Amino acid sequence: MRKLLRLCPTFGLLLGFCPALAVTTALVNALGMGLAFTFVLTFSNFFVALLRRLIPEEIRIPLFIIIVVTFVTVVDMLMAGFAPELYKALGIFIPLIVVNCIILGRAEAFAYKNTVWAALKDGLSNGIWFTFGLAVLAAIRELLGAGSLFGYGLLSPHYVPLLLAVLPPGGFLLIGFILAAINEPQA
Amino acid sequence: MKILAVSPHLHSGTTTRVLMRDVLIALTPVLLAALYFFRWRALALVLVCVISAVLTELLAARIFKKENKVQDLSAVVTGLLLAFCLPPALPLWMAALGSFFAIFVAKELFGGIGCNIFNPALSGRAFLLASYASFMTTWSRPLDAVTAATPLALAKAGSAVDALTSAAAQAAGQTAVYRDLFWGAVAGSLGETSAAAILLGAAYLFCRRVIDWREPFSYLATVALIMFLAGQAVLFHLLAGGLLLGAFFMSNDYTTTPMSTRGKLIFGIGCGILTSVIRLRGGYPEGVCYAILIMNMFVPLIDRLDLKRQ
Repeated sequence: MRKLLRLCPTFGLLLGFCPALAVTTALVNALGMGLAFTFVLTFSNFFVALLRRLIPEEIRIPLFIIIVVTFVTVVDMLMAGFAPELYKALGIFIPLIVVNCIILGRAEAFAYKNTVWAALKDGLSNGIWFTFGLAVLAAIRELLGAGSLFGYGLLSPHYVPLLLAVLPPGGFLLIGFILAAINEPQA
Repeated sequence: MKILAVSPHLHSGTTTRVLMRDVLIALTPVLLAALYFFRWRALALVLVCVISAVLTELLAARIFKKENKVQDLSAVVTGLLLAFCLPPALPLWMAALGSFFAIFVAKELFGGIGCNIFNPALSGRAFLLASYASFMTTWSRPLDAVTAATPLALAKAGSAVDALTSAAAQAAGQTAVYRDLFWGAVAGSLGETSAAAILLGAAYLFCRRVIDWREPFSYLATVALIMFLAGQAVLFHLLAGGLLLGAFFMSNDYTTTPMSTRGKLIFGIGCGILTSVIRLRGGYPEGVCYAILIMNMFVPLIDRLDLKRQ
């Protein structure tokens, strides 16, 4: 479990905290976010790798952003059209994928220097592990804070929800606990 | 720059255990008042909080593989103080959870006694208030345990202050209200209602020179001044709510408050301003808990400014 969590860029590289804190109040939102994120990361990695010989070094960052923005807009419109409820729940955090440092980080550190095929694989695997990390956070928070998973009540109706778990400080605390657990020195 | 070891920095032969024992003695009148006004609920809550605080301390010592410091009694004090800022009707398991949070998260995860940034008892209370708001704001009247609002909540709603300040209020009625506030026969947390008991305990601590006068008095004076300027009933705001308990037993905790004379005054004044602002303008009727916690965050900064000046 410790190794699995380290694969997630949020816990392994401490990147992408904004969505990890903001949308993990419910499992559905976390998976939706993870999916949108994986889509954007895969395609942006793919296109950055494809165009890497055409992108001049001096203005690479703005060009990366333009590529990312393209796919974020696609996701934004698709989600608004086909999953309006999820779109409403995620709100500003879908457009904010543009400035997610994992995406820019992978474009700069990996896709710009590697082949198209490798970049595609890298984007996909990072996206999946990010989704996994979000899902773990969201599952714990939703279970503690609402007594449910995917909106279905799992615990007894007498369970008094620990509201803090779904509030922002609860997110920070939980990430802290997870980081402490996976970085504990011995064993 | 000088590097300081973690507090407490006492080398006067006084050990933490002696200090904590003095604090426990000083809290005894408050405990007796709580037992008198809230009966067996008070006893149960105090026992649950203290026991779970001590057990958590033992558990943390085992998990972090360090020396077990239960002997210094600080966990007992934290448990007791936490119980004093809980409403009497709170379910016992919530009290135990708050106590666990206070010791494990607010104290031990930061490194144990002397290393914590936030006052553990108040962190426990803030944790419970954020998690179980409705339970934490259901108050009951002393003695008969009928659900009732606290004086400050009434004041926020506009009725108590009117009753106290308006010229139409009868003199007799007003003194009765102040008498209840002084002795503690009002709704509120276990340990905050009786001003008399708190003052008695504080007097003991002053005589034993366990606490400094600066934080509590600059805190109280600031609240009094702001309430006076805002045209509020000054005495009411000093006696009602958790102000006295917070000022005498929480705003002068050794670990989470500044070390220098000037720093202590800044800390007290900051707490006073925040408490007054929350009471007058904020969404909550009472602001002592958050005021002290917020000022706790500024302590490293205040200490550093003082070091630079020297």
